[in-house]
Amino acid sequence: MKTVADLKALREKLQSEMQVRSDSGTKVVVGMGTCGIAAGAREVMAALLDEIAKRKLQDVHVEQTGCIGMCEKEVLVDVIRPGEDRITYGKVKPSDAVRIIGDHVVNGKIVQELVVGRIERQKK
Amino acid sequence: MMQDTRIRADVLVCGGTACTASGSQEVMKRLREEIAKKGLSEEINVVKTGCHGFCENGPLVIVYPEGTFYVRVKPEDVPEIVEEHLYKGRVVERLLYHEPTTGKSIPTYKEIDFYKKQKRVVLSKCGAINPEKIEEYIALGGYEALGKVLTTMTPEQVIEEIKKSGLRGRGGAGFPTGMKWQFAHGAKGDKKYIICNADEGDPGAFMDRSVLEGDPHAVLEGMAIGAYAIGADEAYMYVRAEYPLAIKRLEIAIDQAEKMGLLGQNIFGSGFNLKIHIKKGAGAFVCGEETALMASIEGRRGMPRPRPPFPANSGLWGKPTNINNVETWANVPQIILKGADWFRSMGTEKSTGTKVFALTGKINHTGLAEVPMGITMREIIFDIGGGIPNGKKFKAVQIGGPSGGCLPESMLDTPVDYDSLTKVGAMMGSGGLVVMDETTCMVDVAKFFLNFTQSESCGKCTPCREGTKRMLEILNRITSGQGTETDLEVLEDLAKTIKVSALCGLGQTAPNPVLSTLKYFRDEYEAHIKEKRCPAGACEKLAQYFITEDCKGCGLCARNCPVHAITGEPKKRHVIDQTMCIKCGTCMQNCPFKAITKK
Repeated sequence: MKTVADLKALREKLQSEMQVRSDSGTKVVVGMGTCGIAAGAREVMAALLDEIAKRKLQDVHVEQTGCIGMCEKEVLVDVIRPGEDRITYGKVKPSDAVRIIGDHVVNGKIVQELVVGRIERQKK
Repeated sequence: MMQDTRIRADVLVCGGTACTASGSQEVMKRLREEIAKKGLSEEINVVKTGCHGFCENGPLVIVYPEGTFYVRVKPEDVPEIVEEHLYKGRVVERLLYHEPTTGKSIPTYKEIDFYKKQKRVVLSKCGAINPEKIEEYIALGGYEALGKVLTTMTPEQVIEEIKKSGLRGRGGAGFPTGMKWQFAHGAKGDKKYIICNADEGDPGAFMDRSVLEGDPHAVLEGMAIGAYAIGADEAYMYVRAEYPLAIKRLEIAIDQAEKMGLLGQNIFGSGFNLKIHIKKGAGAFVCGEETALMASIEGRRGMPRPRPPFPANSGLWGKPTNINNVETWANVPQIILKGADWFRSMGTEKSTGTKVFALTGKINHTGLAEVPMGITMREIIFDIGGGIPNGKKFKAVQIGGPSGGCLPESMLDTPVDYDSLTKVGAMMGSGGLVVMDETTCMVDVAKFFLNFTQSESCGKCTPCREGTKRMLEILNRITSGQGTETDLEVLEDLAKTIKVSALCGLGQTAPNPVLSTLKYFRDEYEAHIKEKRCPAGACEKLAQYFITEDCKGCGLCARNCPVHAITGEPKKRHVIDQTMCIKCGTCMQNCPFKAITKK
């Protein structure tokens, strides 16, 4: 390390590794109840993680949740972009990961044909 | 890098001394094993961090991105956390923190009362980063303050900024830090030294240890900034050898910083050099006094010497030296980065910023709490500390270690800042808070602290060496029921004399626990002397055992009494002969009917 600029460049590179500990950014939530797992939630999550890694996206958290009762529509995936409504996708297959990440998470375009629910953003 | 962005969760395990003692290493090992077994190693990181301060509830495990806060995690809980939470996304309810009063479970860090009222500045990175990886410190802006200072500020500007911030020494006396730096900066000499005083020795204080263990680079960076400001190129970290984990993490930290060029020669190409050495102390309390500390670094016996000359002019090996304690140094980088005005916005006018307190004794949440200066003792003890356990009543709080004083209930609304505390007969000290409930005898407390200072007295000056010994003798007499009414006068007289005539801070403040308990709890002393009675029932030698009406006359007490002080006919109530009783308590332990009481 020779200069302050070197340090700042290193900081930016390292920040991404700790991004998971911040609470900002877009959340992608995968339903991991018994129903979800049986319907292939693990594979869907792996595909989502791969897609996020491939695009080197930062500030995107993949979380999990339990059964929400819509078992029939599993695998369920929620996308919450900061300041936007919570969109729930149903019957998600690993091959849908590309569009969910590419269209919605990155570009803000909801993948309409997969949508099963929408929860309005809580106004503070 | 491809691997890293695939990580979806970080599991933080506390690796502070307290959590390690309660088994966090085993928890971490099990986590890694179970995560591997489930095939999740590629998506989940297990990170060892420093102390979170919620030590009572350790070992602590925090799962990000949700920020779920698990307490008292045992190795056998790990499979459930991995299976339920990490694999299926279901929070393990039973391991969450449950609010003691409502029984309600609280899922995340920020919602717990203990953390809500805190303002974590010095502790902001403790528990959030892995202290053994410099990369995590850098990722949160580490060493940028040093970069800023070395490339854009003159030493005078640095000193001015610290002065403007109002930062005062966090080790005890509260001397303005900027002023101290200015003296060392202005002192003549081609060789100067910086010292970090990490000889934390107050009973019940452990904030410096936690900072060193949890965020060692912050302290190193602060020292480097101070070294630049006064013109030093060599520094010593004086740590007691009883802190092996802190020493290990400091060694790792110094090594990593040197390899990256953040310490060592020509830092950031500025021509500024700094070599930081670690000096292990033998844990003598007096070595926290600056002149004794320097004598110890020089390889001599740790004894204080009269000042002046002050260390700023003639310190280590006779060279100009600046000493600050761990918490003071840890504040410095943030003041440089965020500015003096930001720092001034916290706390009171004369006591700016925050202070870390170590909560111990009869309090629900034993641990570390960082609060803005000026909040009241009541808020710290009841809102953050969760009050007194087992439904007992609050009696007193001892603040400032052996040099501080005991404050009663009526003083609980005193704002916590340097000047207010001194005014009521206590002091900030390093920030140890020992809480006492109604079962604590205040004479016994005074005796405990005096016993400590007496055995830690280095013996150089007479008032401290002889005076504390005489005081201790009197206290021993009083607590064993042999005190006389003149004892209190002699005690006060000795205390006042030692205060003004002892050579160093240890001796000058040693009588404080006695003086403050005499001031606020004189009636307890008098009860010991006049009525030969300990109101709290804590002094064994003053206790009296009685057999109540519940006695069935089984004779077990009489048979077990080692001095045959109990008599009575079978199946009739027995009696204890108080003149023969040696108060050993054996009868009480042996009574199957709980018919023996202690008063």
